[in-house]
Amino acid sequence: MANIVIDRIRKSFGAFEALKEVSLTIHDGEFVSLLGPSGCGKTTLLRIIAGLETATSGDVRIGDNSIIGLLTKDRGLAMVFQNYAVFPHMTVYENVAFGLRMQKADDLRVKAQVEKAAGLLHIEPYLDRYPNKLSGGQRQRVAVARALAVEPRVLLMDEPLSNLDALLRLEMRTELKTVLQAAGTTTVYVTHDQTEAMGLSDRIAVMHGGVVEQIGSPVEIYNRPATRFVGGFIGNPPMNFIKVAVSNGQVAAGGEQISAPKDAGYEVILGMRGEAVELAPLSTGLEMKVRVAEPMGSHLLLTGSIHDQPVRVVLPASETVKSGDTIGLKLDRNRITWLSPESGKAYPALTA
Amino acid sequence: MTNDRRWIPYLLILPSVAFLALLFIVPLVQTIWLAVSDNGALSLANADRMVNDINFTRSLRNTFLLTLMVVPVQIAIALVMGSMVAKVGRGRETILWIWTIPLGISDLAAGLVWLSILQNTGYLNSVLFGFGIIERQTGWLSYQTPVALFFAIAVAEIWRGTAIVMVIIVAGLNQVPKEFREAAEIFGAGPWTRFWRITLPLIRPALQSALILRTVLAFEVFAVVYALGGRNFPVLVGEAYNWQNQNQNYSVAAAYAVLIMVISLAATLVYLKAIKVDPERLP
Repeated sequence: MANIVIDRIRKSFGAFEALKEVSLTIHDGEFVSLLGPSGCGKTTLLRIIAGLETATSGDVRIGDNSIIGLLTKDRGLAMVFQNYAVFPHMTVYENVAFGLRMQKADDLRVKAQVEKAAGLLHIEPYLDRYPNKLSGGQRQRVAVARALAVEPRVLLMDEPLSNLDALLRLEMRTELKTVLQAAGTTTVYVTHDQTEAMGLSDRIAVMHGGVVEQIGSPVEIYNRPATRFVGGFIGNPPMNFIKVAVSNGQVAAGGEQISAPKDAGYEVILGMRGEAVELAPLSTGLEMKVRVAEPMGSHLLLTGSIHDQPVRVVLPASETVKSGDTIGLKLDRNRITWLSPESGKAYPALTA
Repeated sequence: MTNDRRWIPYLLILPSVAFLALLFIVPLVQTIWLAVSDNGALSLANADRMVNDINFTRSLRNTFLLTLMVVPVQIAIALVMGSMVAKVGRGRETILWIWTIPLGISDLAAGLVWLSILQNTGYLNSVLFGFGIIERQTGWLSYQTPVALFFAIAVAEIWRGTAIVMVIIVAGLNQVPKEFREAAEIFGAGPWTRFWRITLPLIRPALQSALILRTVLAFEVFAVVYALGGRNFPVLVGEAYNWQNQNQNYSVAAAYAVLIMVISLAATLVYLKAIKVDPERLP
């Protein structure tokens, strides 16, 4: 079993607290992304797992053994770096073989493992070339093959796709998913790109300011953000937040009354995904002033305001709303996230 | 005025080319001619005179021994210094600054510094005497103590010339992204393996430059030797100097100069062959 337990990890750089008591459990065979903006501590956490950085306090266990005291080389991990870190003075074959050579594997095993990994990543034609002859995408394949060749307990990936151009990134993402599903390796994947995290992960840990704001499946995180930050960070367009008044436990949305959470005060934040609405007559709907209407082909993106607060709404491409229009919206009440205006945290979902 | 300005780069480069041609190539050709001619005719008389001189074999042997001793030690020390400073965060610049101080000292001054330490009334003898290790002043730099003299000169040369090697090596190390060492570490390489299998191959260009530069300079060693050993430790440049100044024989001096140049060129070729730098295998 190679589940990873991250137990109250803290890390300070001088006065700056990069990680504030982060705890996280990653199950055997699971693909977990650490997702967040730059400076949120995601790379630091990954490097602490790898042993390239020392935690100020806390513990990391793999299986049931603490690895925090072990040297990097003794942790039995593999890692893929953002800039590939494929050794330029070795052939692709020797690069992929590197980990096995360090384990003093015999030539037969090295050959078998290299061929297997190279086959998975489709780099057999390049095995006797030097990395500088390869494109960025091919080099990243070599880096992944090098990591998989050692059949690691845990695979760490630090923004592995961010140096690739957009088209290649999409292609590599799909391929990574196929390869890693086949390998079944426990993977921790650091990225700032939400589509990557959503597409690849079993679960996503959204990090912000040195803490894990939420951990959950991509769908959970998208539909039920735990905090205002998560809702605003995930999704394109991000979740809309509208501050509304509560009276008698109800919130008025146009002509409709929606039950607010029980613990809510006089005001509550209504979190709403841009596509969780449909057009309604102005008389019954929630009024939105459309500032800009952008027909995107697949959908219609409206930017404007509700209650003088900025919102972005997505409607089917067939609707004909123009810039400057005022429209009515009906909210999908099952997809509303209520948040506290004070703490920015979500109220527990209403079980209606 | 046309838009064709292709001649501008050439115009800007011209003075430096003219300067070097005038003050380098012309004297070089003259020196070579001086070395291989006698009374205006091609002749090996000067080379013959050089080779049959009593100090020739000794100076050749001394120069090679000194180079073989000093250059590898300097490279090794520079690699150690470079690797150590790579781990340092704050204060790195200060450390490098202090380490490069010997760069700013002329070789004669460096020789005199070590002379004040190693001469009969020098600091070394005072200390040894103070601890009761020696009973009276001991000579380290005389013709009767050739081994001590050799090591004294070697130490002074290492002290003086390591800084430039270190500067080149540190520059080389800076070119190697830390991810290469980290990747090696992740995949199970210890510090020693990382150094030999990753770092050293990746700084080949710097290593090659440092070796060529240091070896050429080592074959030109003179002032430190002159300050510490005088003619007790003949070296090639020292002999050239003596033939030129004491013996007033410019032709034999020129023969020495040409010999040193040939040795330096040969050493450079050996390094270029031995430490091949393939741009395809660099980061």
